[in-house]
Amino acid sequence: MTWNEDWGRIRAIARKDLITERRTKAGFNSVAALGVTMLVLFGFAFGPDAQALRDAAAGALWLAILFAGVLAFNRSYQVELESGALDELLQYPGARWTIYAGKFISNLIFVGLMLAIVVAAGIVLFQIHIPPAWPILLATLLLGIVGLVTLGTFYAAMASRTRAREVLLPLLLFPMLVPVLLAAMSASKALLGGDLMHEASAWIRLLIGYDVIFLVAALLTFEHVIEV
Amino acid sequence: MDLQSELAIDASRVARRFGSKWVLRGVSLQVRSGEVVGLLGANGSGKTTMLRILATLLKPNAGTARIYGHDVVGAADEVRRNVGILAHKPGLYDDLTARENLRFAAEMGGIPTRDFGAVLEDVGLLGVADERVRGFSSGMQRRLAVARLMLRRPQLLLLDEPYSNLDSDGIALMNSVIAQTTRAGGASLVVLHELAPAAEVLDRTVTIVNGRVAEPDMATPYRESASVAGAIA
Repeated sequence: MTWNEDWGRIRAIARKDLITERRTKAGFNSVAALGVTMLVLFGFAFGPDAQALRDAAAGALWLAILFAGVLAFNRSYQVELESGALDELLQYPGARWTIYAGKFISNLIFVGLMLAIVVAAGIVLFQIHIPPAWPILLATLLLGIVGLVTLGTFYAAMASRTRAREVLLPLLLFPMLVPVLLAAMSASKALLGGDLMHEASAWIRLLIGYDVIFLVAALLTFEHVIEV
Repeated sequence: MDLQSELAIDASRVARRFGSKWVLRGVSLQVRSGEVVGLLGANGSGKTTMLRILATLLKPNAGTARIYGHDVVGAADEVRRNVGILAHKPGLYDDLTARENLRFAAEMGGIPTRDFGAVLEDVGLLGVADERVRGFSSGMQRRLAVARLMLRRPQLLLLDEPYSNLDSDGIALMNSVIAQTTRAGGASLVVLHELAPAAEVLDRTVTIVNGRVAEPDMATPYRESASVAGAIA
């Protein structure tokens, strides 16, 4: 297989997933609704103190993205399982990592859109002031969801081959996501507070390292995960 | 190598278990190019498992299987280039249209064709080419799965109960796809519950009983067995 053929397969899978999602809408609507509802509940739980809300904003945002993301990852393979399409997908010649890469891209776009909704809701509900270093904050958010989607897409593939996939995915995924969530949340919190202690850059470096290592590992090992 | 004398399938003592239950207990099976072989057996006898192993969708726990000389485990990608499987479930995307499903299959299979009108017309679905598969009957979905198979033109067809949900036109279409593959020097292994729909294309049958191929005298040349049955009648 040439790079062109590999890219064609990646593009085909990503486009197919996004078209399916756009037409059904059910997945995106429910996931976005879950994210926003969680933020509203966190807002009530932290009370009316504006400073307390702002302090808790980063944690609440990432938790909302995490739980909504898990629903999205499960759904990504559910579409393949519904009518035996996963077997058909595995029957095409060519490298299996392209399946992972296609799903990674579609999940990244999906979670990215969800992130935009959750962040917009968070700005309103948590009275967040957009910091001067907002491009770095945006980069942090993107690095965070890359880490989340990298492992989410990988473990959802693993769980899709089992009967108890809805239960298994969070069990496998959450412990592995602790470093990325910790780094993303800490960097986001520091940047939202003006990064007075200059701690954000260390967390961002950790995020970059995490993303690179796990993305490469997932691409290299996906074939073994998806086979029976 | 002469394609007609080439072994399309050469499986030797293939065994597969799920948990502690052995579904296949050492199946040996040879199918030559140009042959159409029916795979028979009771429910749960291991026919579909055998088909999935030959299609590289499952790995055998023991034994070897080669498709046109390529090992299903060691050279799985080469096997996939030669094999087309029509599984029991159609493996289509409900929220894509018929044309989009074919386009996806073409892109995944590296097939340059972008004009799907002809193949959709062949299977009688041109009129619903731009409708979502969700609204298709099971027979129409089966026809679309056949169109996807025709797009790839594989050398070896592995067909799991291909006649189910098909009307008489659909059965004729299925037989024509099998016959075209045979004429092109390919081969077909067809899982069957009833012999009648495949009568005009079948060369012989092999029966799996409890995960093993039945005794050699039961691996009957189909036309021979049909003529014997006719003589007895």
